[in-house]
Parts: sequence; structure tokens; C-alpha cells
Amino acid sequence: MNSRPSAVVFTAVGLLALAFGGVFVDAAWLSRQRAGDVSEMSALAARLGLTDLALFTEARYTRHPSQADLHSAFQDHPLALEHFPSGSLITPPRHEILVRATASPD
Amino acid sequence: MKFWLERQRHLIDFTLASLARRKAKNLGLLAVFTLLVFVLASVMLFSHALRHEAALVLKDSPEIVLQRLVAGRHDLIPPGYLDAIGRIRGVQNTQGRLWGYYYDSVVKANYTFMVPPDGGIEKGTIVVGPALERERGLAENNGISFRSYNGQLFSYTIAKVLPRPSELVSADLVLMNEADFRAFFTYPEGHYTDIALSVANPLEVRNVASKLANILPDSRPILREEVLRTYASMFDWREGLMLALLSAALLAFAILAWEKASGLSAEEKREIGILKAVGWETGDVIKMKLWEGGLLSLTAFLLGFVAAYLQVFRFNAPLFEPVLKGWSVLYPRFELVPAIDGLQVATLFFFTVFPYMAAVLVPIWRAAVTDPDAVMRA
Repeated sequence: MNSRPSAVVFTAVGLLALAFGGVFVDAAWLSRQRAGDVSEMSALAARLGLTDLALFTEARYTRHPSQADLHSAFQDHPLALEHFPSGSLITPPRHEILVRATASPD
Repeated sequence: MKFWLERQRHLIDFTLASLARRKAKNLGLLAVFTLLVFVLASVMLFSHALRHEAALVLKDSPEIVLQRLVAGRHDLIPPGYLDAIGRIRGVQNTQGRLWGYYYDSVVKANYTFMVPPDGGIEKGTIVVGPALERERGLAENNGISFRSYNGQLFSYTIAKVLPRPSELVSADLVLMNEADFRAFFTYPEGHYTDIALSVANPLEVRNVASKLANILPDSRPILREEVLRTYASMFDWREGLMLALLSAALLAFAILAWEKASGLSAEEKREIGILKAVGWETGDVIKMKLWEGGLLSLTAFLLGFVAAYLQVFRFNAPLFEPVLKGWSVLYPRFELVPAIDGLQVATLFFFTVFPYMAAVLVPIWRAAVTDPDAVMRA
């Protein structure tokens, strides 16, 4: 006996909804599994005094974006355009101007 | 209630039969919609997880890092600065840091050479990061040589490899003894790369930073909160990479929805005209099309989101690796901790499912309220 199309679709959507719910369960489980790794990383960062992730190792201002001065991205010559791919992805460091009386950028 | 449910099931049966008559087109539409949701959800999950992990990992980085600038460029900390800083009230601890970059022409990679604050590395030995172990084929007790920038060759023995789970922060690290570091980079005695400070009262960090800027006008204090803010903005959906990817995906979605909303094909108009002519009410025609739009968009959303989760957290985001890697030789292998923002998921749902249903509904409403004879002749 052929099942109705709506029954097939309800079953399929139901399974997808279950998978969607399963995503959150899996996320909670993976978080617990990987919590140890994050603690290990955090402890190493604290011990060595690390300030940046080692995500972009192409250039010094992409390797340590939080420590970079605003000139290093244009270090090659005054009109140098950004030429490292990851330099186009990351934003300049977000440092507040502490001496509010001046307008110096860095 | 039972009658209402049965009525809806019959409408759904008819809707699915209607979709099956244009199988290729509708399967293509489902595939494109799923792909769009997949891209949007992947970017959203990846960026949120990276932000979350960066905040967790860097929460114990130095409270203040003091750099010296000469003509706007980073320069070495000369002798005397540590003593000057030590006299500031509120500063609990100061530590001169030694670190720098080295370009290895053998593999064309950049390394970060560093002296651990607590020492513990014997002269002539180094501790390397996992990515170095992988790229240079290194292991404990291997030897390796680096040519310094003045042409001199220095040889070291690998004492240890840093643990793999720490690769996100340690991929390119080379930890060495202070004397070896100074000899390799010809660093003058008493000079440091920068200074890490800890402050007794966390609420006084900004005050201490202001005092530092006043006492040492050529210095630049970088606060921990600024480091965390840098990473928060780097992976914010409103900026940089995330905005570029999201904009492209959202534009594609807008084109899809606009194409749907701009009008019906002749075949679809004829179908609606026939339904009205055989006695379907306007409300039933609209409900049928709502079911069509709703089922398609809901299926695409669920499928796209689940696929995005699996791609990012179970397969370690292979689609983003080429984008993030760029020209880097060393790239960390890491497994992100899932961090799902319910608000972002809900936003994604409401901005994909409902606009598509609205885009389907607009042209249908116009055709459904028109005289069947006029619709069929159009």
C-alpha cells in the first residue's frame, strides 16, 4: 500500500527536526569532551603570557593582531597596499585612546 | 480539530503532487536554499565559536602589556623602564618579556621565538609547537639549526613538543633559554621586547595604564580587555571576513526571494485558475501555497543548519581552512568547542523561512483573488 505523500514528508521533516534537536545535545556533549583542551590552552596561555591565537602566521601583524602597531601592515613602503590574504580578513586592534586630550591614533 | 488536521493533510498531499510535477525545478530550489542556509549557518557557528574560545583561552593573558614606540613603530624596552614601572602604586608584578619573529627559509614559515617567563629551558635546547613538529618533521631529542639574521648558524636540541590540544595558541612557538634568545637575535643585555604587568586591584587597571602613559610618554599600554575586544571584533559578523561571506550569501538569498515574489509562471497561473474554477476557495489556494513555501523553507533550514554544524564542529571546518590559512605555511589543527547562540539561530530562522514564505505568498494572493477566467486567459 502506497503511503500518502504528506506522511512521507512529515516523517522526513520529523527526522530533520530530530537531527536539529540532536545538534544541541551533541554540542553540549562535545563541549564537555573538549573542555579539558580549552583548560590546557588557557593554562599554557597564562603560563607563557600569550596574548594572541596562532591562527594567521603569515605576517607579524596578523600573528599578533592585538599587539601590532598600525604601521606594520604597510611596512614595505608608504603606499603599500595590504597584500597578505589574512590581513584583509582581520580588523586593526581595538585599543582605546587612554590619553583623551590627544587625537593620536596609537 | 480532527477535520481541520485532515483538511490540512489533503492540502499538503495536493501541494506535494503539484511540486512533483516540476520536480527538477523544485529540487534545484531546495538545493540552492539549503546551500544558502548552510553558508550562513556555517559562518555564524564558526565565528561565534571562535570568539567564545578566544575569550576563554585569553582570559588569563597579561593584564597590561607595555610596549615602547619610536616614530610610531614598536621598539625595544631599554634598561630602567622596569624600575620606573615598579614604583607605580598598584602595580603588583612586572615581567620583561622576550619574544620575536623568525622567518625559516627552509619551509618559508614564520615562527614566534619566545623565552618563557618562568624559565625552565636548558641552554642549547628548545621546546617547539605542534605545527613545527609536523612541518619540519621534528621530534624530541632531534637536532635543528637556524641561521640568525646576522648569518650565524645556531643549533638546538628539541627538549619537548608542546601538547597538540594547545595548537591554537602554540602552533608556531619556539621556546628557548634567555641566553640563547639574546645570542640568536643579538638582543642587548637589559633590553626587552615588552613588559607584562599585573595589577593588584583589577578595577585600577585603567588608572595604572594612564599613569604608565604619563610616566613613559613613548610607551603604549595594551590592556587585556583590549586584547579580548580585538578578537571579539575580529570574528564579529558585522566586520571583515564574516561580513563579506554573509553579504554574499544574503544577496543570493535576496535574489532568490525576489525572483519568487516577482510573479508566477504561466503554468502556475493556469493551475490556480483551474483550482478556482472547480470550486477552491481563495483561502484554500493561499493555504496550499503557504504549505509549499513553508515545507520547502523549513526543510532547507533544518538540512542546511545540521550540515553546517557537522561541517564546523565534527569535520573541523575544512571549507574555511583555505580562507583562514592564506599564505601561511603553519596552520593550527584545532577542534572548536561548540558554542551555539540561540538568538542567532532564531534570527537565521526568521530571516530565511518567513521572508521566503512571504515571497511565495505575494504573487499567489494576487492570482487567487482574480477572476479564474481572467487568470487562465492571462
